[in-house]
Amino acid sequence: MNTNYDITEMHLDVLKEIGNIGAAHAATSLSQLLGHKIDMRVPNVALVTFDEMFELAGGNEEIVAGIFLRIEGDLTGSMFFVQTIESATQFIRKLTGDTEFEFTAVEELGLGASALQELGNILSGSYLSALSDFTSLKIYPTVPSLCVDMVGAIVSFGLIEISQYSDEVIVIETEILQEGEQGISSVAGHFFLLPDPPSYRTIFSSLGVL
Amino acid sequence: MYTTKTVIRVGIADMNIAKAPQTIRTSGLGSCVGVVLYDSTKKIAGMVHVMLPDSQLGKTAQLNVAKFADTGIHAMIEMLKAQGVRPFSIKAKIAGGAQMFQFGSNDTIRIGPRNIEAVKQELKRYSIQITAEDTGGSSGRTIEFDPETSILHVRTVNAGTREI
Repeated sequence: MNTNYDITEMHLDVLKEIGNIGAAHAATSLSQLLGHKIDMRVPNVALVTFDEMFELAGGNEEIVAGIFLRIEGDLTGSMFFVQTIESATQFIRKLTGDTEFEFTAVEELGLGASALQELGNILSGSYLSALSDFTSLKIYPTVPSLCVDMVGAIVSFGLIEISQYSDEVIVIETEILQEGEQGISSVAGHFFLLPDPPSYRTIFSSLGVL
Repeated sequence: MYTTKTVIRVGIADMNIAKAPQTIRTSGLGSCVGVVLYDSTKKIAGMVHVMLPDSQLGKTAQLNVAKFADTGIHAMIEMLKAQGVRPFSIKAKIAGGAQMFQFGSNDTIRIGPRNIEAVKQELKRYSIQITAEDTGGSSGRTIEFDPETSILHVRTVNAGTREI
């Protein structure tokens, strides 16, 4: 890949730590918001092709609720919070108190869409402010936008910037788990942080592993 | 020979060719544009999954030609020619170019419409007629082309499958 850069295991480990810190903060905020326990898995950091990226997000044609935002400032990139329709429905039901809520087209979601967007706001805000504290980089998230559609259609939008530099992308993925009935955890959603290739250097130098 | 149809799959920023009875398919088109170039008599079709409008945007030394409208369409015409297709018998069907999100950085927000524009301009340059299109909007699409019938099946999440 053309980033004038060799990505080593050490670099990937550092990015794993970023995913860890960011998602841990996001999980805490989420837990406070919902009033129940939220867990997370150890982040997965990998250099993948675009098609592999869709697989990570659930499969190209899978229909998901995706919250997307761009990151601006010292560090640029894309961020996604991807949920299955099932877990998005659960979230909306909890946040709005409407236990009958069913998913329809995004335009008809009304309050449900606002709730999900707000969820995106809180999660990405806490993820990124933790990241900003850790790296001392200025990071500004754009307002998150919600889309319910096929994984490929949603995630490819976040790859546009990256695709000008590369056919591969470094993805920092963290799975968020929620405790359901009888203490069985289920996947609540996946975070994907995709730094733009010109930002790799910025991240690594801020963490002293250039 | 098997009678079951084989589906040739095209990934993102990828391209390939199918001959009847094969069909050719790409899934999850958002702002990307799926370009089908086909010859209805020879029953052969090529598909390019275009991600960006112009190869000038590429900042890498090695260019993946299938990623861009200009280089992708050019390369596909060459691939079809190598299969014995005459350039003047090539027709096109296109789908995709949606605006999935209502914000983004200045350039990326309109990437869907820009991709459509670039594809059309490029097809015009080679005097290739667009016989059908399903472009724009704000929904993702999965498309499958059947070289036997020259029909393009377009599936969206909310509107089901339609044939163009």
